[in-house]
Amino acid sequence: MKEVKNILLVGVGGQGTILASRILTAGLIEAGYDVKMSEIHGMSQRGGSVSTQVRFGEKVDAPIIGKGQADVIVAFEKMEALRALPYLKKGGKMVVNDFEIPSMPILSGTAVYPEGILEELSAKADVLSFEAAQIAADLGNPKAMNIVLLGALVKAMNVEGIDWNKAITDNVKKGFEELNIKAFEAGFAL
Amino acid sequence: MKVIMTGNEAVARGAYEAGLVFASAYPGTPSTEILETLAGYKDDLYSEWAPNEKVALEAAIGASVAGVRSMAAMKHVGVNVAADPLFTFAYTGVTGGLVLVSADDPGMHSSQNEQDNRNYATAARLLMLEPSDSQEAKDFMMLGLELSEKFNTPVLLRMTTRVCHSKSLVELGERKEVAPVPYVKNIKKFVATPANGKVMRADMVGRLRDMEEYACTAEINKPEYNGTEIGVISSGIAYQYAREVFGDDASYLKLGMTFPMPMKLLKEFASKVDKVYVVEEMDPYIENHLKMAGIECIGKEIIPEYDELNVDIVHEAVTGEKAETIEVEKEAVLRPPTLCAGCPHRGFFYALSKKKNLIITGDIGCYTLGSAPPLSALDTCFCMGASISTGHGASKALQRIGSDTKVVSLLGDSTFFHSGVTSLMDAVYNKGTNVSVILDNRITGMTGHQENPGSGYTLMGDPATEVDIPALCVALGMKKENIYIVNPNILEEVDKALDEAMAKDEATVIISKWPCILKKYSQEDKDNFDLSARKCVVDQEKCKKCKVCVGVACPAIRAGETVEIDALSCTGCGVCAQACPFDAIKEVR
Repeated sequence: MKEVKNILLVGVGGQGTILASRILTAGLIEAGYDVKMSEIHGMSQRGGSVSTQVRFGEKVDAPIIGKGQADVIVAFEKMEALRALPYLKKGGKMVVNDFEIPSMPILSGTAVYPEGILEELSAKADVLSFEAAQIAADLGNPKAMNIVLLGALVKAMNVEGIDWNKAITDNVKKGFEELNIKAFEAGFAL
Repeated sequence: MKVIMTGNEAVARGAYEAGLVFASAYPGTPSTEILETLAGYKDDLYSEWAPNEKVALEAAIGASVAGVRSMAAMKHVGVNVAADPLFTFAYTGVTGGLVLVSADDPGMHSSQNEQDNRNYATAARLLMLEPSDSQEAKDFMMLGLELSEKFNTPVLLRMTTRVCHSKSLVELGERKEVAPVPYVKNIKKFVATPANGKVMRADMVGRLRDMEEYACTAEINKPEYNGTEIGVISSGIAYQYAREVFGDDASYLKLGMTFPMPMKLLKEFASKVDKVYVVEEMDPYIENHLKMAGIECIGKEIIPEYDELNVDIVHEAVTGEKAETIEVEKEAVLRPPTLCAGCPHRGFFYALSKKKNLIITGDIGCYTLGSAPPLSALDTCFCMGASISTGHGASKALQRIGSDTKVVSLLGDSTFFHSGVTSLMDAVYNKGTNVSVILDNRITGMTGHQENPGSGYTLMGDPATEVDIPALCVALGMKKENIYIVNPNILEEVDKALDEAMAKDEATVIISKWPCILKKYSQEDKDNFDLSARKCVVDQEKCKKCKVCVGVACPAIRAGETVEIDALSCTGCGVCAQACPFDAIKEVR
């Protein structure tokens, strides 16, 4: 079978997974890959769990991936990393933002945010975790957290010959190019 | 040139390239972006939001009758609303080509059901096309308009969430203008009286036969013969999953056109392979056609007939092997969608949640999220516009059986325009007593901020005269003193209006008016509402950690050992500050 790589981006509605995946696909297309990407709009965008799936290779059929198939997962939120773990391929890599967003059952006191998530993940997979919000804040804007994570994801994907600066410049808001390129580089350097 | 596009963007692109002149739709996930994309081609074609799907399809029918290519787009349940004109239009046929896009939602990502709208093609006898990726979405849209004219029939372009919202590469072409068909009066064709209808119905049989013949040789139904052991018949997104599971050794009959079903082709394909698998999402639609023709196949006895499919599910169904996964011992807590921090619905729901002896009939929109704990302020949700009519029925029934339970019905502005107006007419005229609440957030919220007849702008960005909701209520026969307009961020105001309205023995309306917190504010919004930046903060000295504020269900409130308000997400609506019994939350500007 033709080799297809599977990338899963997970997070919470409103965290910027969509922009990160747009830049990711733009870079991959520019490099000549066939790319399919799938995301869900609508109700889940109101603070629910969200996921974007990106598949690339010589020829891609299905736009979504199943359990045990992701080569790399990037989680914008810690509990979402835990939820996504069954989708990781054995031997796959995980990039995890050390960042907690409690969900409504936790906020309303009917459940507690699970402890020891990073330990659990690290015991099961090759995990790189860091505080992306802090890194982005140090660069001048905590909202660039998503691009820091993208940088770390691209590093973990181990793909070469792609002009990421161009992909970023083409897809972010005017005036924010430099900040986002710096954020990407900071993530890539981790 | 190849660009990456969602299926929805590709449908719009196809319509544009094929010389489409008129498009109408009512927004609904996963179909919404089709018209939003078309609005970008406004120099070449006209597009609009209709108040509901029936109106959208009827307007598109009118454009077809007038001689141009047209389309309507809607989510699967929208086709239920549009079904009335649809069935008869299939009798009359078209002048300019007409495509109806139905975007189904297997897995119910953002819908109240997951009906399989391929059944509409059979029931109404519509030529049906099913794209499986963005390139096909564009190609089939263009082909659909051609086939509509060729066979004199409306065409159903049936999409699903994963086709609508997945992105893949699409080859772009140029727009080709199509000469309009000059209008010729034709009463026998377009006036569906019983006498004319009978002739049309008979004529339809011949058209269907021609369409079936086309389907048997069409390029989009071309079999791919590989090995003879296994033959797979599939359509739409399910084909992509099947392709990965069965690989290059199996033979495939990928059906791009699935009504009328190419029966001759199905028989021929089945005869050339030892074993036939049918891989399709939701109903056994293709499978039933095969079985009725006596063709043996393996289908729904192994492939689930509900929920969305994926490669995993198909793989496990076919091989019996589960995917190898990493075992996880810890469990992630559910993360259901919630009303946003600063959502104007929150204040209304919080005040409403305190009322007792009440049935709250709900509707389709963000406010369905008011049903979630801790607010739990919703008892029903069926379909667009149903809140007021189900509420009317419930309150009449309660009265008849001598119950003193009250009924409050609530729906959004766009949903009110969609089909709540006729429900309210019913309640007022028939002396109903339910309290109807219009949560007017100045936009269509859940689907991502589309203009509606109350927002003051059209899809193409032109200013328009807003529907005056209070005046409309009066025109429906409602007494002026029974119409309340409240600011939902002021709990006292909501509370008072609810108490007064519920005490009345007549139909009442409460209009809860404040713009959606995520909306890009118009100048009018800025003029009419105080939208200046503010935050709420907890005074830790005053806070008794009673956690009453948690009851407003705001995602910005973090209650652990201390209670904090997340400054990044808080918008300062102040609902929590009013809920706090110790005056421990302050508004900061």
